[in-house]
Amino acid sequence: MISEANNRKRNYNLKPADFNTKKRPTWCVGCGNYGIWNSIKKAFVELKLSPHEILIVFGIGCSGNGNNFIKTYAYHALHGMALPVATGAHLANHLLKVIAMTGDGDGVGIGGNHFIHTCRRNLDITHIMHDNRIYGLTTGQTSPTSNTKFKTKSTPFGVMEQPINPVALALICGATFVARGYSGEPEHLKNIFIKALAHKGFSFIDVLQPCVTFNKIDTYDYYKKLIYKLEDSSEYNSGDFSKALQKSQEMERIPLGIFYQIKKRTYHDGLEQIKDKPLVYQDLSSINIESLMKSFY
Amino acid sequence: MAEIKAFSWKVGGPAGFGIMSTGLIFARIFSRKGYNVVDDKEYPSLIQGGHNVYSVRVSTEKIFSLLASVNILIALDEMTIDLHMNEVKKNGFIVYDSGIFIGRDFNYKKPDVNFLPVPFDRLIEKTGAPKIVKNNVALGVSVALLNYDFNMLKEVITENFKDKGQKIIDFNVSAAKAGFDFIMKEFTGIPKIHIKKNYSKKKLLLTGNDGIFLGALNAGCKFYAAYPMTPSSSILHSFAAAERDFNIVTKHAESEIAVINMAVGASFAGVRSMVATSGGGFALMNEGLAGAAMTETPIVIILCQRPAPATGLPTWTEQGDMLYAVHASHGEFPRVVMAPGDPEESFYMVQIAFNLAEKYQIPVIVMLDKFLSENNFTCTGLTRYKIKINRGKLIFAEEDIDNNEDYLRYKITDDGISPRAITGLRNGVHIANTDEHDEYGFSEESAENRKKMMDKRFIKLNAINKEIISPDLYGPKNADTTIISWGSCKMPILEAMKYLNTDKRIFNFIHFKYLVPFPVKAFKKFMKNVTRSAVIENNKTSQLSRLIMENTGIKINKQLLKYNGRQFLPEEIIKGLEKI
Repeated sequence: MISEANNRKRNYNLKPADFNTKKRPTWCVGCGNYGIWNSIKKAFVELKLSPHEILIVFGIGCSGNGNNFIKTYAYHALHGMALPVATGAHLANHLLKVIAMTGDGDGVGIGGNHFIHTCRRNLDITHIMHDNRIYGLTTGQTSPTSNTKFKTKSTPFGVMEQPINPVALALICGATFVARGYSGEPEHLKNIFIKALAHKGFSFIDVLQPCVTFNKIDTYDYYKKLIYKLEDSSEYNSGDFSKALQKSQEMERIPLGIFYQIKKRTYHDGLEQIKDKPLVYQDLSSINIESLMKSFY
Repeated sequence: MAEIKAFSWKVGGPAGFGIMSTGLIFARIFSRKGYNVVDDKEYPSLIQGGHNVYSVRVSTEKIFSLLASVNILIALDEMTIDLHMNEVKKNGFIVYDSGIFIGRDFNYKKPDVNFLPVPFDRLIEKTGAPKIVKNNVALGVSVALLNYDFNMLKEVITENFKDKGQKIIDFNVSAAKAGFDFIMKEFTGIPKIHIKKNYSKKKLLLTGNDGIFLGALNAGCKFYAAYPMTPSSSILHSFAAAERDFNIVTKHAESEIAVINMAVGASFAGVRSMVATSGGGFALMNEGLAGAAMTETPIVIILCQRPAPATGLPTWTEQGDMLYAVHASHGEFPRVVMAPGDPEESFYMVQIAFNLAEKYQIPVIVMLDKFLSENNFTCTGLTRYKIKINRGKLIFAEEDIDNNEDYLRYKITDDGISPRAITGLRNGVHIANTDEHDEYGFSEESAENRKKMMDKRFIKLNAINKEIISPDLYGPKNADTTIISWGSCKMPILEAMKYLNTDKRIFNFIHFKYLVPFPVKAFKKFMKNVTRSAVIENNKTSQLSRLIMENTGIKINKQLLKYNGRQFLPEEIIKGLEKI
């Protein structure tokens, strides 16, 4: 018997620690991943989600190793493949809260093509991109979000390219919720996560985080000087696409918060065949291909 | 003229003229009446221009393949006459569009062949139909030359265009009638072909891809992802059209890399999922294949081969990817590779593929090729109850998990198979991990754990080996020459076997449907009685010979290989075997 109803039971008494596994994080002391880890667990608690209602699809990298430290359904995917796996799992069971948890290499490097197309689909999933502007787990090479002239093991004479602007990219590719957070502002980050997870459609959060071991440029001090919050200005309207795009281009200082959010039909709302039931709960014993076979006479 | 039991028909013309739909209508007017039909489509990778050919062979008896010669050739352009005139049999017909020779001399000559000029454009003008329906004139002409039932043609044309409205139907039918009447009036004196009446029940007309599609539906495939690639694309079209009626999600994704990872994601969540592609797309899927294997996520991959390397010959046929599929991706893991030989086997074997994938939580690759994927063959019927759905140790309900113990997704068991919880179960929370992992799914790099987990995954082979069916033996048990082949070559070989066995030589034929795991015991047993053998396959380096060597140490010395992008003709097999 398939107990679909169980899926919807809410557990109201969970604490962030209930989302810990028996494994302790292996991230470096001071790593931005801790801030993201704490914020997402708190967001789950405030949204009254239980571990079995959530699927996190991890990519590869220090962020990807998080699969061992958060207790939910998890799929630790291949490098760059978190979004396609999350897409398939969501379409098979759209009652799950599906999150893709990736690094910047995963998200806009090797997985860049998948990022572009996932943004335009408006699937009801959330993409949290840990953006430390460096490849950490492979001990310090340039990332697609590294700034020009940045010297790394793979670019000893400095990065030649322009960095990708993930917020702007998500906007022009059609994401319906685009935000930037910072691991050094965990409370603010938690609130973005809550709104992103509650958003009906594709939500993307570019989470800036220092890599204390391999990135000596984009440090806590660097971010402290530059960040400010969009919501501190009463004028900012996250429903205005051109404003959002303009804001995403700001370089002198770093705005945090929700750049853009609109309501649009989600991908699965357009699929009549799963209106009544997610694919995973559909009965296979009643399939009848007799009439279809007749069309081959 | 005496009745004949079988005939062959061919139509050729420029791409963009609707040759493909014309051929299919022609094939169907005979399968409907219970005739045995096989067809073949040749077309370049172009939309307009270039040369398209559609061949159909019809018989009152069981047939497996086309033959080299034809009774009727319909030439909608001059190139068709140039290329195919010599294939026309004695007393056969070459029907050509006389309009293309206006102002020029017609100087083709072939003794014992009837050249029939038909003014296609003029006939259409009289009916008032647009020129685009020209092909239907050819159909009408063909039916008249065969003394066949015009009403059958009318019925199939009507059905074919039923979604396009009565006006379009009328145009097409009137064009066909004009062709039919023209032959009846203008060529009263020529001896026509009398095809023997057939009284058996109507037959299904299926391609290998149709077999895969219908089989996958019947097996409960709920998620299908693909990126268009010839010759696999018709499976995508069929799934896309059926998704609402059969509650399936079909996703045309951004690349084959996305395709395989989406399908693995859906399978992880708990649904049966499948992908199909050709060699190039399969290459892009390779990392994902290993991802499925490491996370023990079931997946069915349909690999419709075409001549490679690289873009190769996109619309032609070859069996060049066998050893690639057998060894594809990095690292070592158990898998199943199978290769049906006809559409009926495709239908049943893809259902077995789903069962094996889920029972053993492994990837299963089903190999076809352009010849099997796109050509139609008649079959008497398909039974949807033959292969029962078996989802193995998949857990759907919380009560099926023991709450007194931790749920271990990768629990070490005697058969290597661990109970797999679908998503959304309160007590089934787990990690599927592409990193090497422990029984929980946590990343774990210890030497002891690595060995334990490798052994766990490989011990499944004990049970998988028992499920692998022996190769099929066709012909007598004892023969002086044994043909060995795999996949779609079965069809021309079976056709050739009708003529091979004489007083002088006796042939039999071993057909491999399972390649991995290789049926070692069964094959060695067969080979004990074999005196002389030859491998026949559609590639350059005889990959089956190498697979046999790798698995059994048996060296097959004789090979008959074809690798020009075309399937064997039975005549080529007969001739080739004379030298062996």
